[in-house]
Amino acid sequence: MKTWISLTALLIGFSILSCRPPEGCQVLPILGNRDIQGMDTLYPTIPDFTFMNQDSQWVDNETFAGKIYVVDFFFISCPTICPKVKKQMLRVYQAFAAEPRLVLLSHTIDVRHDTVPRLKAYAEGLGIATDRWHLVTGAEDDIYQIAGNYFSVAKKDPSVPGGFDHSGRLILIDEQRHVRSFCDGTDAESVDRFMKDIQCLLDEN
Amino acid sequence: MAACQQPYSQGKALYESACGSCHMTDGTGLAGLIPPLSGSDLIRTRPDLLPCIIQNGMEGKLLVNGQEYDQVMAPVTGINAVEMANILNYIQSEWGDPGLFYSPDRIQQILSTCGSGPVNLGNTGAE
Ligand code: HEC
Repeated sequence: MKTWISLTALLIGFSILSCRPPEGCQVLPILGNRDIQGMDTLYPTIPDFTFMNQDSQWVDNETFAGKIYVVDFFFISCPTICPKVKKQMLRVYQAFAAEPRLVLLSHTIDVRHDTVPRLKAYAEGLGIATDRWHLVTGAEDDIYQIAGNYFSVAKKDPSVPGGFDHSGRLILIDEQRHVRSFCDGTDAESVDRFMKDIQCLLDEN
Repeated sequence: MAACQQPYSQGKALYESACGSCHMTDGTGLAGLIPPLSGSDLIRTRPDLLPCIIQNGMEGKLLVNGQEYDQVMAPVTGINAVEMANILNYIQSEWGDPGLFYSPDRIQQILSTCGSGPVNLGNTGAE
């Protein structure tokens, strides 16, 4: 009985707290293995990269200066999880349509087929603006390698449908190139939580 | 309650694994890239096309509810006529014309008329 009462009190307490926007933000941790060197703690950072987007423009770290961004990996002919992940990316895109400090970055992992013109047609199908959502291609090795920095898997695997193995994660990167949050891009509820994290990170800056 | 339940639960499960990743669990598709099944005029007006779309895939421009699509759907392999009937009966009852019914025999019959190569409507849709 007593526990019920305190539980109820707790719930009421929570619902009062949660009326405050944006719902109890905690500082998002920097993810990844820390490296402690003497007095300094080094956090893993996203390395330099250069890719090309659907408008044949170069996209590199500078493109995201002063912004936070969300990353995923996909390929156009993907018969498995990609369309679901894209649908969730589109949700994120639409939810933050009025927020120029957030940009989306999707990497194809099928660089042979997903040429710039095909990425362009795909972007048109999604109905997206290039400066808000870059669909990029580049050197295959560069893309597979940087996937690891984004806590994602991307590689060729003839044994899986479509011929590529990859995780359907969405990853959130801050202005200092640190990974701050990720979620399962096939699961709408996981993405709900992720979008709260995005809002919290925006409010941090 | 029981009477209100989806009668094609097997079709639903098969749909989710064979088609749901692209057309989505709720049948809404993906923006201008993957057409919806939910509310699609094409699945109501051209039901005999559906087994061929599954078996041979689909490409080229097409119109669904007035919106143009132009991507590629690869053939869906590894499902037999009974499973196909289950999937299509689920789709029609959920999102199309619940009065339509596909028997495995009818599926077999339609499949023998599909010919080879993906379905290509050449910029038309429901007629
Ligand atoms: C790999 C993604 C993918 C999968 C899996 C897939 N489709 Fe499709 N489907 C598409 C695309 C893309 C088109 C449009 C093709 C075009 O633009 O010519 C399409 C078109 C269709 C159409 C005609 C347009 C409409 O929406 O009414 C039907 C019907 C259809 N698919 C049914 C199915 C069924 C049933 C399954 C499962 C057995 C399935 N599809 C699996 C991607 C897919």
